[in-house]
Amino acid sequence: MKPRVATAWLGGCSGCHMSFLDMDERLIELADKMDLVYSPIIDIKNFPGNVDVTLVEGAVANTEHEEMAHLIRRNSRIVVSFGDCAVTGNVTAMRNSLTREAVLDRSYVQLADITPQIPRDYPTIAELMTTARPLHEIITVDAFIHGCPPTADQIWYAVSQLLEGKIPALSNVYLRYG
Amino acid sequence: MAILTLTINGEHVSGKDDESLLAIAEQHGIRIPTLCHLDGLSDVGACRLCLVEIEGTPRLFPACTTKPREGMVVSTDTERLRKYRRMIIEFLASEGNHQCAVCVVNNHCELQNMAYETALTHVSVPYLYPKKELDASHENFIIDRNRCILCTRCVRVCHEVEGAHTWDIAGRGIDCEIISDLNQPWGTSESCTSCGKCVLVCPTGALIEKGEAVSEMEKKTDFLRYIVTARQKREWVNLDSDEE
Repeated sequence: MKPRVATAWLGGCSGCHMSFLDMDERLIELADKMDLVYSPIIDIKNFPGNVDVTLVEGAVANTEHEEMAHLIRRNSRIVVSFGDCAVTGNVTAMRNSLTREAVLDRSYVQLADITPQIPRDYPTIAELMTTARPLHEIITVDAFIHGCPPTADQIWYAVSQLLEGKIPALSNVYLRYG
Repeated sequence: MAILTLTINGEHVSGKDDESLLAIAEQHGIRIPTLCHLDGLSDVGACRLCLVEIEGTPRLFPACTTKPREGMVVSTDTERLRKYRRMIIEFLASEGNHQCAVCVVNNHCELQNMAYETALTHVSVPYLYPKKELDASHENFIIDRNRCILCTRCVRVCHEVEGAHTWDIAGRGIDCEIISDLNQPWGTSESCTSCGKCVLVCPTGALIEKGEAVSEMEKKTDFLRYIVTARQKREWVNLDSDEE
């Protein structure tokens, strides 16, 4: 049985996933070593059970992210904060020193081209949290991959270690913020 | 002035009685991490990273403001000190708004380097996300208090080297912040000579030049050695050579 690996995209720009794809031909090698069971880059709708390793991109910024984070934790043996937004909040958390109302007003009213209004009471739209938080403030996180985005080499190193059942020890080469 | 002998990390060393433990350690090739110390400026013990253990007392002492005593036994790199140093970086990270990814001094930042040195994988205390002001009213420079770690290098270089004393600290505790003149926009400061020394000595992206994009600015503090040596010794050192 190959390790079951998932990647998830919370409050981030998808840059970490772009960097994942930037592993280029090494992705073919990875495909032999693991099963990708959930990811924004594959067409699986629901987060599955019994996942060995999940890489989580992005900060926890709204209620949907929060539910997803708890689901990921329940269904994954190893959870990895994938990139600076998951690790520190980073750019996603830059709004945190402003009020939530000010952020919504700026985004949906002041900068709107048409129908300026703050979406409320739509069951399909997640509620923005007061502050965007790093993943480890919401759930227990087992390992951290830094960078905005992490380089393909960093991701390759970390994933290779994880597939061997090891928690990647971040030497100074791979510990880099920003 | 007397020469004293003491022990640092098991090594017998000698130093002058008016020098700091930090200076004596450095002379003997023992590096102690610090963010607020800068050669050429006075020492204030602001960042607490240079805390060391001294035998016979449970207290920790900042090496930059502690003078040697004959027979003193000093440890600079114990498990306890490493833990505290990492904790200090965590507190600094959580008390400001440090987004390396969009910072002008990304990859050239002393705070970032200290996070690497202390192997800071993540900040274990809750981030505070304080509301801090950015002031871009000066013609050439910006102060972004989100990135300020209150090391006071800017305050000291302005007062001690430039002689203008434009910068100072207002507030207490967690509300402390760097202010110019009588807490007014930097651009309206009458004492500021626009020399830019504060920008160059700032260890983070709190003081930056205008017109620099992410990762573009690299601080150079060499000028301080040049000016201070010239003033104190009437010698104009060549900064290009490695030897002083």
